[in-house]
Amino acid sequence: MIPTLVGVAVLTFVVMRLVPGDIVALRYAGSSVPQDVIDRERALLGLDKPLWAQFVDWMTQLAHLDFGQSLWTGRGIVDEIWTRLPLSLELAVIATLFAVVFALPLGVVAAVKQDTWADYAIRVFSVGGLAMPSFWIGIMLVLGTITFFGWAPPLVFTPITEDPIANLSQLILPAVSVGYRYSAVSMRMTRSTVLEVLREDYVRTARAKGLSESLVVVRHALRNALLPVVTVISLEFAFLIGGLVVTEQVFNLNGIGKLLVDAVAHRDYPLIQALVLLLASVFVLVNFVVDLIYMVLDPRIRYA
Amino acid sequence: MKVKGVEALLRARFAFVFVVAAALVVGACGQQAKPGGSGSPAASPAGGEKPQAGGTLTFIVNAEPPSFDGHRETTFALLHPIAPHYSLLYKFDPNDLTKVIPDVADGNPAVSADKMTVTIKLRQDVKFHDGTQMTSEDVKATYDKIITPNTAAGQSSPRAGAYAVVSAVNAPDKFTIEFKLKYPSASFLTNLASPWNFIYSAAKLKADPRWYEKNIMGTGPFTYVSNTKGQDWVAKKNAAYFGKDKDGTALPYLDGYKALIITDATAEVNAVRSKQAMIEFRGFTPQQRDDLSRALPNDLAIQEAPWICVNYVVPNTKVKPFDDARVRQALTLAVDRYAGSEALSKTTIVKDVGGLMRPKGPFAMSDTDLAKIRGFGKDAKAAKDEAKKLLADAGVPNLSFKFLNRNITTPYEPVAVYLIDQWKQVGITATHDVKETSAYQADLRSGNFQVALDFNCDFLDEPDLQLAKFWSASKAGKGLNFAYYDDDELDKMIDAQSRETDPAKRLKLVGDIEKYAMDTKAYQYPVLWWYRIIPYLNVVRGWKIGSNHYTNQDLTTVWLAKK
Repeated sequence: MIPTLVGVAVLTFVVMRLVPGDIVALRYAGSSVPQDVIDRERALLGLDKPLWAQFVDWMTQLAHLDFGQSLWTGRGIVDEIWTRLPLSLELAVIATLFAVVFALPLGVVAAVKQDTWADYAIRVFSVGGLAMPSFWIGIMLVLGTITFFGWAPPLVFTPITEDPIANLSQLILPAVSVGYRYSAVSMRMTRSTVLEVLREDYVRTARAKGLSESLVVVRHALRNALLPVVTVISLEFAFLIGGLVVTEQVFNLNGIGKLLVDAVAHRDYPLIQALVLLLASVFVLVNFVVDLIYMVLDPRIRYA
Repeated sequence: MKVKGVEALLRARFAFVFVVAAALVVGACGQQAKPGGSGSPAASPAGGEKPQAGGTLTFIVNAEPPSFDGHRETTFALLHPIAPHYSLLYKFDPNDLTKVIPDVADGNPAVSADKMTVTIKLRQDVKFHDGTQMTSEDVKATYDKIITPNTAAGQSSPRAGAYAVVSAVNAPDKFTIEFKLKYPSASFLTNLASPWNFIYSAAKLKADPRWYEKNIMGTGPFTYVSNTKGQDWVAKKNAAYFGKDKDGTALPYLDGYKALIITDATAEVNAVRSKQAMIEFRGFTPQQRDDLSRALPNDLAIQEAPWICVNYVVPNTKVKPFDDARVRQALTLAVDRYAGSEALSKTTIVKDVGGLMRPKGPFAMSDTDLAKIRGFGKDAKAAKDEAKKLLADAGVPNLSFKFLNRNITTPYEPVAVYLIDQWKQVGITATHDVKETSAYQADLRSGNFQVALDFNCDFLDEPDLQLAKFWSASKAGKGLNFAYYDDDELDKMIDAQSRETDPAKRLKLVGDIEKYAMDTKAYQYPVLWWYRIIPYLNVVRGWKIGSNHYTNQDLTTVWLAKK
């Protein structure tokens, strides 16, 4: 885990410095600001130092778990992220719940009822989810609710602990638009793995023993089919934390994805580095959790 | 102190400011009819309506302010949410944008006979939001910070150059402030109404020279409540605000305001459409205006006005063949700006054809004079023929180059596409080199381009501001002039107009500069001037559009009509 994160840190630092652009020039874009002001601002932000010195400064800070300040706002990086993280986490959780609730039962039904009308309907539904971009679904949902109900999701985030109704009012449409695609991916994965497992000898044996079909499917087929499904769901969850840039813009959600894009556009190096590290950590952590779930689902799996 | 003939001088000096502002606004504020629906575009109480107190104004800001320090930043994204917390020395009258009026100043400035000393009395009833009284020490500290920032302490002032004429700021008594000038200046008084010059507390600045970068504490009509980064800015009425309207009613009318930070254009329109936001003060495109008009036929008002923003075509004179004036002249001749205006104004935020000063503004050239400048004539075919001849004479009949642009749809991309098409008609092949803003800025500032589309926005029609990009690149124009030429003659012309205090003579000097810079040398030239369109919910009253998106944002006179 640690080597992965260090590698990500080094790579992010180097790549961002290779990309042309200057936060100070950008800050004063379109204004008649003399070069000496630009130069002074750059020195103030430490951007006039050699790259190796900037790198050493940053690694030293990291070693002390100090992520520094945003070059754009001057606020602490932790504050900047903490303001947005609850929304992104909650959206990811709701979208995941939405996806799981639909994907698992429908995927199993599609497999069990293979090549029937139910299977076809579920496959059409899932292909629709894969074919339509989430942000487009989001735009259609917003336009639809405004046009037909004169209502749009609230633009300001209210924590669920303060006002659950206002909170869900804001997040339910984005969760549906993202969760639909998410559920489509998971549904297809569930269907194909369940289909594969249903053809295994041990399933035939279970049926031969006279077990009911539902018991065969739920206890013997689904449990063994879940490993790849869990992998897909967990990776999608990790992606949702920082990957919903366009959806966040459509719904004006103040999330991590939008923050990352703004940081890149501003060349806000410390914030970019911290965010990439955060997202890498989420992926690493989710993978770790998935490994643990594997052990629960398949007792044969043991890690040294 | 050599202040004498105060009344006469005052009138003479402020008359100029007023004339400038008047022409600016009269020309600018051509309010357009709103789509169907109710009443006249809700602008000011002058329409006979009595302002109603109360309510919270919700408006959109489509960018995030970097720091909170108006002296340090240059973006409207700071002014819109933060300006209502502060006062200025002078400001543009929100009810009559033809006037500059005192804000914390107690009347008009007194100018000495030699025009080298400006003395201003201050109101004695102005208090900061923490209850302390505002005195001349605060105004002095404010202007010292703007004009001579303490760079060792990390202060920065991008507009210090606009006050280079000031030799000293003095506070002779508790409620008098005095500016000593190095030479008479045509633009100094106008610059005292700069929307960026928030009055700060001397005590706060003394305790921490950078305190205002992260904190708010002014004397303005609204006090700070909260700011959630990336989401909103909330303020409430300052009950101790000194301002009153003409009927003696305490200002502001609003109980408070909430600025919503919405960066996506579609989300902005949806916010107004769903009535979660009432107004966005920078501007929408014609398409967005029409969408909102259709969706809210009975609830929408619209104001439109020419804008002091413009795109320039900038050939890099350090790169061949753009060091040849004939090539640069050909580039401007090839563009039919009038046809461009007709086509582009339907889809994006550009409209008027003009020179270096805003069309219809107080310093604008007459249409007759403008038509004599290469590229601005009405005979497009003759101009294109001349362009082809100039290119042939310069030995580049099939000129090709990369045209640097930023990846902003409105209006950069459509303007560039139009230019490329126009150039193609005279045999020029321009490849659209679109870069995201940071990389684009880096290329501009390093000279790593052949021809670029630059831009400029200002808060006032003022030659000192609009000509700032035309100073020699290695001198006063360093970091501003991306055509990278040095021209002592042009520098002298710009300097001369800046020192000329007779408005008529100054106008003539500015015209000479336009002819020289856009035609004779063809260093860099405007494409089309921008056009500001503000569709908003018609419950918003007391706000009047201006020719820029920087001034008139303290919201003192804005009120909400109860339906």
